[in-house]
Amino acid sequence: MTDHDHDHSKTFQPDHPEPTTDAARVGLALRELLIEAGHYTADEEQVVIAAMQGASPENGAKVVVRAWKDPAYKERLLENGGEALREAGFDIEPYEFTVMENTEHVHNVIVCTLCSCYPRSLLGMSPAWYKSKSYRSRVVREPRKVLAEFGVNLNDDVDVKVHDSTAECRYMVLPQRPAGTDDWSEGELAGLVTRDSLIGTQRDLQ
Amino acid sequence: MNTPRFSTGQRVRIADRTPPVHHRVPSYAKGQVGVIERVCGMHGEPEKFIRGNGMPAQRLYRVKIPQTDLWDSYDGTERDDLEIEIFEHWLEPAE
Repeated sequence: MTDHDHDHSKTFQPDHPEPTTDAARVGLALRELLIEAGHYTADEEQVVIAAMQGASPENGAKVVVRAWKDPAYKERLLENGGEALREAGFDIEPYEFTVMENTEHVHNVIVCTLCSCYPRSLLGMSPAWYKSKSYRSRVVREPRKVLAEFGVNLNDDVDVKVHDSTAECRYMVLPQRPAGTDDWSEGELAGLVTRDSLIGTQRDLQ
Repeated sequence: MNTPRFSTGQRVRIADRTPPVHHRVPSYAKGQVGVIERVCGMHGEPEKFIRGNGMPAQRLYRVKIPQTDLWDSYDGTERDDLEIEIFEHWLEPAE
């Protein structure tokens, strides 16, 4: 192992713990091989990691507030989420972006039953429960019960729509704007929007 | 871009098959009938990424299925539904 000349300091994240499972070791080895073979560079990898770590639900909140304040923008957002997202200065290429609007009689909730697809480059890292087998298997089968466990109790006059993110679309819920916030500033409105409300496991903003 | 085979509102049946490679159709959706909620773009075919780059690309759709069709003794209203992304080669027209 004396004749390879790539820079290990660039291929590992300094704050990443040493792998403790075979699967994690295989993953790291694969990543080194891909970099050595020139499929991408360690620097390019760092840019992607930094972008994901820099994203947070505040990005989603900005999009929500713009939609609340600008009905024409909201229409574009619901019609073509990807384009409206770029208009707001965000991008989740190569994925399609789909925004689902909560109304008085509709509640939306998002899941990825097959793995844990999530609009990370917009909302940041997903919460641990979103990746749990329990959430993923139960929210499609008994969404009202799961939502009640999150504190969202829905009457029969509210339809529940579950969105299973199985392929190339990424989703965000557009929560309802609370009453009595007409004269609120954008900053105040953004402060109402939580990560869970963008996934659909919270309904009422306060 | 090819012409989509299905259009919004059309009834479709999701194929009930299990290819021996990675695919993006969960078992609960296989064999189910729903309607096209929206026509999405063209994307690499998941089954073809095992060798190569997923090409030729396939049309993706979002399919809406009533929850009461999916689960026996579903606890909710008959208007509750589930929407899921399905590629064109998994869909056939349904009555």
